[in-house]
Amino acid sequence: MKISQNIAISENGFLFNPATGDSFSTNACGKEIIRLLQEGQSQAQILEALQREFEVDQASLEKDLADFLYMLGNYRLLDANAQ
Amino acid sequence: MSSGRTPCTVAVSGLNNIDSPGPGMPVIRALRESSNLEVRIVGLSYDSLEPGLYMHDLVDKSYQIPLPSAGTEALLERLKYIQSIEQIDVLIPNFDAELHNFIRIAPLLRDSLRIKTFLPDLADFDARHKAVLFEYGQQHGVLVPKSHTVFTLMEFHRALEAYTYPVVVKGKYYDAQIAYSADEAVSAFYKISAKWGLPVLLQEHVRGTEVNVTVLGDGTGSCIGAVPMRKLYITDKGKAWAGVSIEDEALMQLSRTLIESSRWKGPCELEFMRSEEGEYYLMEMNPRFPAWVYLAFGCGQNHPEALVQMAMGHRPEPMTKYRVGHMFIRYSQDLIVPMEEFEKISTLGEL
Repeated sequence: MKISQNIAISENGFLFNPATGDSFSTNACGKEIIRLLQEGQSQAQILEALQREFEVDQASLEKDLADFLYMLGNYRLLDANAQ
Repeated sequence: MSSGRTPCTVAVSGLNNIDSPGPGMPVIRALRESSNLEVRIVGLSYDSLEPGLYMHDLVDKSYQIPLPSAGTEALLERLKYIQSIEQIDVLIPNFDAELHNFIRIAPLLRDSLRIKTFLPDLADFDARHKAVLFEYGQQHGVLVPKSHTVFTLMEFHRALEAYTYPVVVKGKYYDAQIAYSADEAVSAFYKISAKWGLPVLLQEHVRGTEVNVTVLGDGTGSCIGAVPMRKLYITDKGKAWAGVSIEDEALMQLSRTLIESSRWKGPCELEFMRSEEGEYYLMEMNPRFPAWVYLAFGCGQNHPEALVQMAMGHRPEPMTKYRVGHMFIRYSQDLIVPMEEFEKISTLGEL
């Protein structure tokens, strides 16, 4: 799973998709997930990294991460070829 | 001291910078900011309340011209008078309804009045009309939703049988309604034919995202400039109040292919629908600059400047790059105008 190559994300978590013109705002956690996706990390690696950073039980984190990734896919922010 | 820019006088119509704006003022702003041309602007208006008439920092002198329904002779007579005062080098018409007349008199303008235009010929202009757009798309390898042009209710009923719902019912020039049943479609037929006359267009509905491209063709198959935009905010009249330049190579390639294949001459706005399956359908091809053409300038492509250069016989280099992620946002502002100015344009026809 990879974020689309041309997606730009600012320091403030503002995300712009130049292919569609859509823009989004995300919080620090979302920004971190996107950064990890841009680095090419897998879902399991991202889960591990978030667990280290945030105090949260694994079941909730897994569910929230899956929801967030689903939302990214729904908004066409994931690279369809890399999925 | 010389600015190094070529001086020229450009006449521009479409000064109605209102909530459903004409392209004239954005065209003028782009020309004013040209790095190659030093323009004097002559405004051409149809109504004394077109805001551009009173924007003296952008328009140097304005003249009323007869409505398109008055015909080409009246238009030519008026332009002869205007040219006896001004030395117009290039004329850029910006209204759909006036283009037919200007295309017809373009050779006379050039030969008798030495006013240059840069317009498609009548055959090309008519070929992309929405009533025949499906055939135009087939000819140039572009998808266009299936459509029928109908003149009577009986024809409309017959045509409906070939469609699944929803369908789109369109007026010959403006207006479109989506209908989800035969009853809704017939109601839309009545409403639209009462407002805009016949024929009415029945069209397959394509679900997706609208994306538009402002394009300039040189008439020999070269695309001189193209910038794509997605609307971000649409008014109740269906006009873009904000939009953003986007990066979409497939859309750009399709636009270039169409301009090359059709050898389109002049500006146009290509309105596409990107379907949920990622296919592009050409919905309309407007044969003039769009009202958002200033965004192209903001993104690094000055299309009005290039058009004037081509009209004057130059061959500007095709512009292939543009800035992605630049927005336009319209605003409205009240102009304060002394009654004398309104009186002058209303009674004398010039200001």
